[in-house]
Amino acid sequence: MILDEKRLLMQKLCRDFAETEFTDEILDELEETGEFNWDIFNKMAKYGFCGVKIPTEYGGQGGDSLDYVLMVEEFAKVSPVLAIYANTSNSLGGGPLMICGNEEQKAKYLADVATGKKIMVFCLTEPGAGSDAGGTITTAVEDGDYYVLNGRKTFVSGAPVADYAVVLAKTDTTLKGSRGISMFIVDMKAPGVSLGKPEAKMGIVGYPTCDVILENVRVHKDDLVGKRDKGFGAAMATLDGGRLGISAQALGIAEGAFNEAVKYAKERKQFGKPIAEFQAISFMIADMATEIEAARELIYSTALKKDAGDPEASKLCAMSKLFAAEMCNRVCYKAVQIHGGYGYIKEYKVERFYRDARITSIYEGTSQVQQMVVSGNILKK
Amino acid sequence: MKYIVCVKQVPDTSGKVAVKEDGTMDRSKMATIINPDDLNAVEAALALKDKNPDAKVVVVSMGPPPAAGMLHELLAMGADEAVLVSGREFGGSDTFATSQILAGAIAHMGVESDDVIFCGRQAIDGDTAQVGPQIAEKLGLPQVSYAADIEQNGNTLKIKRVLEDGYMNIEVETPCLVTCIKELNTPRYMTVRGILEFDKKPYTVYDFEMLKDEPLIELDTIGLKGSPTNVYKSFSPPVKGAGKMIDATEDGISAMVSELVEKHII
Repeated sequence: MILDEKRLLMQKLCRDFAETEFTDEILDELEETGEFNWDIFNKMAKYGFCGVKIPTEYGGQGGDSLDYVLMVEEFAKVSPVLAIYANTSNSLGGGPLMICGNEEQKAKYLADVATGKKIMVFCLTEPGAGSDAGGTITTAVEDGDYYVLNGRKTFVSGAPVADYAVVLAKTDTTLKGSRGISMFIVDMKAPGVSLGKPEAKMGIVGYPTCDVILENVRVHKDDLVGKRDKGFGAAMATLDGGRLGISAQALGIAEGAFNEAVKYAKERKQFGKPIAEFQAISFMIADMATEIEAARELIYSTALKKDAGDPEASKLCAMSKLFAAEMCNRVCYKAVQIHGGYGYIKEYKVERFYRDARITSIYEGTSQVQQMVVSGNILKK
Repeated sequence: MKYIVCVKQVPDTSGKVAVKEDGTMDRSKMATIINPDDLNAVEAALALKDKNPDAKVVVVSMGPPPAAGMLHELLAMGADEAVLVSGREFGGSDTFATSQILAGAIAHMGVESDDVIFCGRQAIDGDTAQVGPQIAEKLGLPQVSYAADIEQNGNTLKIKRVLEDGYMNIEVETPCLVTCIKELNTPRYMTVRGILEFDKKPYTVYDFEMLKDEPLIELDTIGLKGSPTNVYKSFSPPVKGAGKMIDATEDGISAMVSELVEKHII
């Protein structure tokens, strides 16, 4: 796709920012401590990255899905984990409010999320409800002007640093499956909210993840987002945008690993010449580059189609994530392979990319769930 | 109050330098960037504007139409207005001709008593460091070159002027011209909003017709034909070794003396 001048400037800004600010020291510290780096988050907020896709009237920057994709891609090329820092507010955090929040809620919450003053996360998954989000058993029972929430949400990315969480809970237990689910904004400091132990993860270390436990948490009716009992549809619409973000993250990871592999293949000599001169290596590089390019075109065009209201957008978002995540894993496998033994050593960047790649085919819907969405779109017509 | 910043789009000399047969640089074969010292000048102006929000930052560049891209980038960084001085008649100008044209363009926009003009110390393509001082001469303004620190108090600027062997603290009244070095600051990035809205800011092209009657511009000494400079040869200057800093303590000084003795310098 030929990008226009503004897109190219956006790409340049994000690239310059990531290459300059995401230093090896910061990346190593994230990996060693697993802790959220507030300094770099605040810097991202200052330049407007937290609200890139949020409308200006709610404190955002007024960009669109393609601007957002370009940002996540460029950030993930250098640091897949720091890409998530700027991603959340634009996708799963701010998404539900943008899709179905009322004006009061947008004014109250979205501006702070868009400017990075507050962090909002998304609580969908439960111990018994992962790919099958309809299996939600967290409940919200009406009590006067309040709802009383009880349940446990798991794998909540960013929960340890969040100010608010969008929580999906069953408001009508007589309705089966995905029906009867509503969405609430929960203040993480409210009585009854507690956190599980941060998970020790394979990759994306430095963006903490843990369980959120809700015990008789009272949430005012004003904080019900969208229509009661109709939260599932809004959650799925949020995930469409989220999937585009993860596609961009997967694309960035693949590019980061690819660049390292090309550099290494030109430098590393075996049998008296750079390994890039062996067909076995050069053909791997050709395949990697081709797959990356194919993913990029699919993701960029999906971003434009989604904003244009294309009826196929939901399917295309799932296709983008399916293809980009699987492509990313293949590319990272090859990048490590080209590095040989060195690729297995933590000192080399591909080792981290390889671990970070793995999550892209799991979170925000596994590749198999994306296949269900894509095939469902085609076969149920 | 205006902060006028002169900027130049230059070939990226961090890669290979392409030279034409006549000894001049082959710009068509090289990627372009914003001259690094000019970015420090833009940042200096934006930083002063942060403290004086009523001030306006105007970036001005002389160059061919593609230089618009660079000006757009500076608008996205926070500049309020951009002026591109562009015309076939201006092409091929040396520093003498360029400074006349830029001085004419600045005079055309008008210099108020509280205005400051900023330039980078020098451009990485020619390395002459002449255009800034020449603009000041043409406009009859006081100039301070090599600024490494700038403080503004009303109509007075306090500037730390850094030279190879020391520094000077200079006070100067506006209107004046300051040339900036990289030690002055770290240029900010563009912002997301800045990029999305740069095209809402004023952008003007000053062409030959607009400037030809400016008294500072002598029509027979501009452009390639009017430029008195003849380029003999273009080459990358040899890399200078890094200097060594010595602590101003007794231990530091005695270590320095023994090193000089060891190398038979003293």
